[in-house]
Amino acid sequence: MLYDIKLVIHYDYATPAGGGRHLLRLLPAHLPGRQTVRSAALTITPAPAERNNFTDFFGNAVTELSLPPGHDKVEFIARAVVDRHSQVLPLDDVALADLPAVLAEERSIARDMPHHFLPPSSRIPPDAAITAFARAAVAGQDRLMAMTEALGRALHTTLTFDPTATTVDTPPSEAFANRTGVCQDFAQIMIAGLRGMGVPAGYVSGYLRTLPPPGQPRLEGADAMHAWVRVWAGPRAGWIDYDPTNACFAGEDHVTVAHGRDYGDVAPVAGVLRIAGGQSSSQAVDMVAI
Amino acid sequence: MDPLPLPLPPLLAGYRPLAGVADELLSPDGGVRPVWEGLLNHLSVTAPEDWTQRFARGDQYLRDQGVYLRHYGESGPAEREWPLSHVPVLIEESDWGDITRGLIQRANLLEQVMADLYGPGRLVSDGHLPPALVAGNPEWLRPMVGITPRGGHHLHFVAFEIGRGPDGRWWVLGDRTQAPSGAGFALENRVATSRVFSDFYPGAHVHRLAGFFRSFRNALMDLRAEPDSRVAILTPGPLTDTYFEHAYIARYLGFLLVQGEDLTVQTGRLMIRTVAGLTPVSVLWRRLDSGWADPLELDPASRLGTPGMVSALRNQTATMVNALGSGVLETRAFLAFLPRIARALLGQDLILPNVATWWCGQPTERDHVAANSDRMFISPALSTRPPYEDWQDHRPTGPLPDWLDQHGADYVGQERVTLSTTPAFVDGRLRPRPMSLRVFLLRTSQGWEVMPGGFARIGRGGDAGAIAMQKGGAAADVWVVSPRPVETATLLATGGDVARRGLSVLPARAADNLFWLGRYVERTEGILRLLRARNARLAESGSAAGPLLAGMDPLLTVLGVDPNEGIPQGLIQTLGAAIASAGAVRDRFSPDGWSALADLDKTMRRMSQRVTVGDDAARAIGKLLRKLTGFSGLVHENMYRFLGWRFLKLGQHHERAMGMTAILATLADPDAPEGALDLAVEVGDSVMTHRRRFALVTARDTVVELMALDEMNPRAVRFQLDGIRDQLSHLPGASGRGATIALSRAVAALHGQLDRTSPEALDSAALWAFRAELATVSELVTEGYLR
Repeated sequence: MLYDIKLVIHYDYATPAGGGRHLLRLLPAHLPGRQTVRSAALTITPAPAERNNFTDFFGNAVTELSLPPGHDKVEFIARAVVDRHSQVLPLDDVALADLPAVLAEERSIARDMPHHFLPPSSRIPPDAAITAFARAAVAGQDRLMAMTEALGRALHTTLTFDPTATTVDTPPSEAFANRTGVCQDFAQIMIAGLRGMGVPAGYVSGYLRTLPPPGQPRLEGADAMHAWVRVWAGPRAGWIDYDPTNACFAGEDHVTVAHGRDYGDVAPVAGVLRIAGGQSSSQAVDMVAI
Repeated sequence: MDPLPLPLPPLLAGYRPLAGVADELLSPDGGVRPVWEGLLNHLSVTAPEDWTQRFARGDQYLRDQGVYLRHYGESGPAEREWPLSHVPVLIEESDWGDITRGLIQRANLLEQVMADLYGPGRLVSDGHLPPALVAGNPEWLRPMVGITPRGGHHLHFVAFEIGRGPDGRWWVLGDRTQAPSGAGFALENRVATSRVFSDFYPGAHVHRLAGFFRSFRNALMDLRAEPDSRVAILTPGPLTDTYFEHAYIARYLGFLLVQGEDLTVQTGRLMIRTVAGLTPVSVLWRRLDSGWADPLELDPASRLGTPGMVSALRNQTATMVNALGSGVLETRAFLAFLPRIARALLGQDLILPNVATWWCGQPTERDHVAANSDRMFISPALSTRPPYEDWQDHRPTGPLPDWLDQHGADYVGQERVTLSTTPAFVDGRLRPRPMSLRVFLLRTSQGWEVMPGGFARIGRGGDAGAIAMQKGGAAADVWVVSPRPVETATLLATGGDVARRGLSVLPARAADNLFWLGRYVERTEGILRLLRARNARLAESGSAAGPLLAGMDPLLTVLGVDPNEGIPQGLIQTLGAAIASAGAVRDRFSPDGWSALADLDKTMRRMSQRVTVGDDAARAIGKLLRKLTGFSGLVHENMYRFLGWRFLKLGQHHERAMGMTAILATLADPDAPEGALDLAVEVGDSVMTHRRRFALVTARDTVVELMALDEMNPRAVRFQLDGIRDQLSHLPGASGRGATIALSRAVAALHGQLDRTSPEALDSAALWAFRAELATVSELVTEGYLR
């Protein structure tokens, strides 16, 4: 499926800001076999004083920029044409009981290795309540992908999607206690549950098709950048993406931008800015099949 | 040297090492080791009473230098005297040679481990390190993976904690690679100890430390890529417990001391914000833990870092000593794997073994720990705390094997350490006390160089767990003793050039603190003069002085000072603000100046307990004024006219002008009570001058002439403006900053006003208006230079 994606992020500052440095992770990733980027461009206003690109530890493309002082609005516009290929789910061939032995065979700390995604990360500390919920939700399942699906469905049923309930910094324990949140909370809660059971899991940010095919409902989370979960399902199956906000394995509707251990590794806009007054921001996404 | 006559001297009566413990002083057969004979002889011929005096000499030196220990008790952080154990630890040169070889081998090994962990990761893929100990390690910083340090080396300055086991062999207890502290303290311990033993040390063939620091300074200078770029020491700031050492070593080596906010990254280069704009820095000796160095790519919660720091390192425009992420090498569980890694990477066994360690994430090792747990400490596998801070057990109360099965990967078992003992003076006698050494290594272009000496920790009791200074342990000097005379060069011989270059750059934050130091010290003086005059009036006239005092009190209350207190809290707080500013620039500040302020503060607090208003307060405040004048004299007479001094003077002039304008507008007002003019002249310290220039009787015109317009009176407003103009003319033009132009215009305009006015025209309203304009000068200084 071929998509035209446009993202606009806009910030307004009450008083002109001092200089600032930012890291942006906004453009779709090139992932052979999964998605092909035909074209991609990032427009920044005001024109940055410096701008560089680099690849982070997890392989994500990052744009690093510094803005000149004295601006009172900033705009990032990402545009891309991406071909998202359909994929068949692999065989669910690893049982949880065998996972420690399987992991012990994976002797590497290369970027895609499961070892990075099993320990607690700064935004997803271990949480006994979430782990207990996860264990109950997967009861009767022993294979990793089946467990993933069971947990994802249980979360989808239990949690209410509410864009006003949480912020970007709400910890998963709090979102889970209140049973509400947005895609980021769904994903981080699910990751906490999977890690709590010993299953390596990571965080994915990306885009979700905004206009559904005729006759199908619009998916949640399409108004802004979306987030979902990656699970390591064993050496043969590799990484499998699951979207707990919509209770489905990620498919042709999902276009990946970046992945990491939690939101902190993939934040679309990370920055340090000297500002004195308040600020407001807006974000708009269009992802249209062409 | 003659062998020591037996029996042992009285000094050693009762000196009995514990069974099964090695002792530095006595060999296993009970005889004194030859390296100690000279010092023991020296100790024996001196009366015990004299020792008290000599020890006091060392302690006094440390107090004068402002060396203190910050510790964290139940009531929060507090500073206490530096706990120096006056008897040094003596080590024979040949013994030291073995230590040196072992530690150099270990430093080379750690460099290779570091390069691998932040590079190809072969140690994990070849099975030498479990992936979980790296991937789950908070000190392994993913943003640093793949970044090759400029110059190729990750480690430049490391330390090792070592101890001697019961068999007499040295063991490595822990690796300090993040930002090892203690080298500066080692230097201070040396100076203090050499004063205690001033008539013995010079001829004792003790290896000097200066050569090591000379090499260190040269090595850091050599790491620069461009000859015009600078070396700086990056500190987390005055709230860190080792800040004293950062300031001390910055002064000693002549390097800039900077904090994260002093730095910025521009066009990929690391720059220091100075009063003259941005200037490049290309070598940072980091005393800050890696994670805090860059809020953008490392810990986003850090307020101590510099956004873009990692980017500058990625661009190889700066060298970090040591590379960010070097804390991973301190991981306790690595001790379990380093012996094998040494064989794999170096093809050698470790010359100095490290503490036997087993990671409980492996079944065989877990079983071993469970079976032998009575002679082990069990502690967190990923801990990077130094061993002496953490000699305690973390094991559960329940059955150990079950618990290890569940949590094993998070823990290590380590053999319980028995440290050797060394003599310490306790109640007039020498007693054996456990000790460990911290030894420092520096990378030079010829390889690693080891500091011939170090930092010894001495336990309070017999327990190895009590050698941490936070827990009552003490510090001692380490003497490496040669059979031959040693080289005695000092650092100063080649030091001047570097020091000058380092100090000619003034970070904006330092300038800001000096400016405010000047203001607060002057404000303190102003308050003292007002209070002295007030209390003297009260003592002379009692309640009859009421109207006059009511007329002057607003001058005090506006500064937060309650005139009805003998030594008002508001006064103590103002001086406290001065001390806080001084504390933030201790590297640019003479120890004498610091002592003068600290002494004033101590006296003021003591007085505040008992001094009452009136005559008592007037006399006490007179004393305080003389002490404060001592500080001002030090600044004026002793402080080199660097840029920093100019900002201090700017602050003083500005504050004095503000104070004097307010005094005149209040006390020289036609409606002011009887006696106010005399009071103004007295507070302005100009009684004699007024008599000489005018008459015995004060009149408004003569007072305003003398205190506002007289360019010869160092108390007059006009004199302060001249001073401000003079200092500004020596400041860098800070090109491109409009505020510096606005600043000189504002000062010129104020001058113009004073030139055109007369005492009659300068009425209270005009004085208040003048003062409001004067206030903007401070803001413009901040805007133009201090951001």
